Amino acid sequence: MTELTPDIGAYVSIDKEALESIFRGLKQEGYTLIGPTLGEGAIVYDEIDGMDDLPIGWTDRQEAATYRLHRRDDQAVFGYVVGPHSWKRFLFPPVQKLMTIRKQNGSFSVEPHVEEPPRYAFIGVRGCELQAIHIQDRVFLGGPYQDPDYKARRQLAFVLAVNCTEPGATCFCASMDTGPKAGPGFDLGLTELDDVFVIEVGSEMGRRIMSGVRWRPAGAFELQTMRERLTQAEKSMGRHMDISDLPALLYQNLEHPRWDQVAERCLSCANCTMVCPTCFCSDVQEVSDLLGETNERVRVWDSCFSLQFSHVHGGNIRPHVRSRYRQWMTHKLASWVDQFGTLGCVGCGRCITWCPVGIDITEEITAIRGEV
Amino acid sequence: MLDFMNPSTLSETMSRTYPMLMHPARITRIREEAYAIATYELAFEDESVRLSYHFQPGQFNMLYLPGIGEAPISLSSDPAQPGVMGHTIRYAGNVTQAIGRLQVGDVIGVRGPYGQPWPIDQLRGQDVCIVTGGIGLAPLRPVIYAILQQRQDFGRVFLLYGARTPADMLYTDEFEAWEKRDIRVLQTVDRAAPTWKGHVGVVPMLFYHIRLDPRKTVVLTCGPEIMMHFVIYEALARRIPKERIFVSLERNMKCGIGLCGHCQLGPTFVCKDGPVYPYAAIEPFFAVEDF
Amino acid sequence: MSTQKTKRAEPSKPKLAVFKFASCDGCQLSLLDAEEALLDVAGAVEIAYFVEARDRRLSGPYDVTLVEGSISTPEQAREIREIRRQSKYLIAIGACATAGGIQALRNWRDVDEFINIVYAHPQYIDTLATSVPISDYVQVDFELRGCPINKHQLLEVITSLLIGRQPRTPTHSVCIECKRRATPCIMVTQGTACLGPVTQAGCGAICPAYNRGCYGCYGPMEAPNTESLGLHLQTLGMGADEISRLYRGFSGYAEAFRLASDRFEEVTA
Repeated sequence: MTELTPDIGAYVSIDKEALESIFRGLKQEGYTLIGPTLGEGAIVYDEIDGMDDLPIGWTDRQEAATYRLHRRDDQAVFGYVVGPHSWKRFLFPPVQKLMTIRKQNGSFSVEPHVEEPPRYAFIGVRGCELQAIHIQDRVFLGGPYQDPDYKARRQLAFVLAVNCTEPGATCFCASMDTGPKAGPGFDLGLTELDDVFVIEVGSEMGRRIMSGVRWRPAGAFELQTMRERLTQAEKSMGRHMDISDLPALLYQNLEHPRWDQVAERCLSCANCTMVCPTCFCSDVQEVSDLLGETNERVRVWDSCFSLQFSHVHGGNIRPHVRSRYRQWMTHKLASWVDQFGTLGCVGCGRCITWCPVGIDITEEITAIRGEV
Repeated sequence: MLDFMNPSTLSETMSRTYPMLMHPARITRIREEAYAIATYELAFEDESVRLSYHFQPGQFNMLYLPGIGEAPISLSSDPAQPGVMGHTIRYAGNVTQAIGRLQVGDVIGVRGPYGQPWPIDQLRGQDVCIVTGGIGLAPLRPVIYAILQQRQDFGRVFLLYGARTPADMLYTDEFEAWEKRDIRVLQTVDRAAPTWKGHVGVVPMLFYHIRLDPRKTVVLTCGPEIMMHFVIYEALARRIPKERIFVSLERNMKCGIGLCGHCQLGPTFVCKDGPVYPYAAIEPFFAVEDF
Repeated sequence: MSTQKTKRAEPSKPKLAVFKFASCDGCQLSLLDAEEALLDVAGAVEIAYFVEARDRRLSGPYDVTLVEGSISTPEQAREIREIRRQSKYLIAIGACATAGGIQALRNWRDVDEFINIVYAHPQYIDTLATSVPISDYVQVDFELRGCPINKHQLLEVITSLLIGRQPRTPTHSVCIECKRRATPCIMVTQGTACLGPVTQAGCGAICPAYNRGCYGCYGPMEAPNTESLGLHLQTLGMGADEISRLYRGFSGYAEAFRLASDRFEEVTA
């Protein structure tokens, strides 16, 4: 084992088996590993123990409303793209207890739900997903009020990013400038080549983890191959979205007939918002015992596609599917920019793959541009 | 990247002071205002919370009842006396109906204040025209109190107020005092008994009974959206620039702090960027149906 | 006109009754299945009539009445009107009481024909031509969907009544519950027909988690787009007749599902 620790910014290469020692190092630092693993019919994100839990030799084939697992003809470790889960599940859990309120002596006590925040190492964060995390950082931490639970989880999280060399059919990160190479903000950034992983060291913690790994400086040929693969990946995106003038395009087309057409297909089932790695809407439910003596306030994922979402006394602000789909898409691709200084879409393609009827956000934009 | 990643803030990791925690407040007084509408005056039980609490006209609190839930309610009382938080409530939803069953001495959870206030400082030296209907007067009453505090700082002040019937009008016992301090109050109702001395008709029609100086008038309006659309129409027709027309909007505000997404209006969240907006800021979206 | 409201007297425990019509008893069992919470319920209300649980049968009026089952005989039709008269707050529980149940399948056919085929002595059978929800006969104050109902939702309804607020049961799709529990969409990964995107949540999205498509037990969600889902199922290779049968499940007689099933049946014909 080398005694040297690579510098931040350095590119090193490791044998593929050495990924196991990265995992070991992370566990020694107290991290729980969360990474891709074979789930029911899909590659999901779940707790993993080591390389054996990774979907080695598997890939996914995606299209609008279709996702299928397939065996690869090689033993690629990261030979697939993003699946039904995203990291938001771990930073912004779908169900989160916030506080307990107990009635007592004619008043009540309020006790915040405090738990030791989990120390997650995210294994295999793709470029689009890293950008999605940065976007949620702005949502939950960039305003006057911060979400303390998100903050605690986020500060502790370790990110092992993976650059995509084989984009999927619903991917369009190149259009959104979020991939295929993961942007800054990772601890380690990995590119899988045929026999080795090239790793870019991104942080002090990344250095520390690499100090326990057998590495060597990446060779010129390896770096060349990596660049070629990433350039090739950029050119082989399954989808494309023209983002020029995007906020203006949508703001000027709030009455476009396309909204009516998409509403005929849209189920308002909310799958797109659930799988979207940046969607952040939530509701807080009051869960009481029978007499309301002990009450928990529980935050759950919510969606702008539900009718109740916009309920006010006297009715709903967005009573029709047309207005709800329009709300979702104009938020992602227009008003998000006003609110958070960035588009709310990262081009991961999940909303296309996981829409039960295959509504394609890139196609909708093309239609609104009047190009179909 | 955001500065939260700075290690100096890591110590905050375990401090889970959650912005959604509410503080118990006692009901100190209940005033029936109209049918199914009453004003509840609240005082925080915890003295340090009470002393550090301040609000500005137009802001709201989230009111909470254990087992029931939360609702956003405007502050309707005098901001110069922040120890007494007045909330004028119509018994309409789960929370407000449950509040309607409470009595003096009962406890309500309160967190706030939230939202952008009416632009009091911008009103100084200007004529102020307050146009409102029904319970929409509640979030505007603190404006009137603020004006009365330094009446000489403001020009002419009009209150154009409408309700369905005379019995539905709020705070009528204060109107005389307001008029004495040179606030011109014009009232209108949809229907009334022959004894009614005020106007009959919709609120925007009251514009036809006053003369406004477009160079120095600010219009503040709160009420049903359809009413506000016509108020804006009448104000614009009088050459009042849209930067000096302010509206207060209602949306489904769940968290009050811009994190839950429910109250979005175009590029804004009503809880954080509103509820008070200059009309100029929301003009492109306010008129879009179901937006 | 400052007022001080007077304290009300401490109310006595509300009387709860549970009745059953054409159904399988499963929804009542959800209440018995509530285990420790059931003891709390027994402490908070007076269980006046609940044949499944105890012998004591107190007469009305009742504060809260839970009604399971559909109305399918003339006698039941008379009985439900009497129960309504005796009940302050009447809650229909389960797919039978809220949509007519699986037995409402007969509503598409000739009941007399069935009777003649099934029973040795048809003359003893006194039945209505249709099996319909409680709300077809009397005013219902709240409908709790499901086949069977979810015990947490039932407790939520009872809690809401005791506390004095509207029950909070979601009206959105099953998909939201399904994604919260992290199940990958089986329609997308396997092409399995699933009514989740048009069905009201509440069950906890159990079936997709066990690799089965949603059967629509909880009935139509708010504004379901049954047409679009049906057309998509056709692209997955389902025939219109199969789609019609899919909509005609435990809540098949609920309006949106009924209309969808009729529409796809017409396409078949």
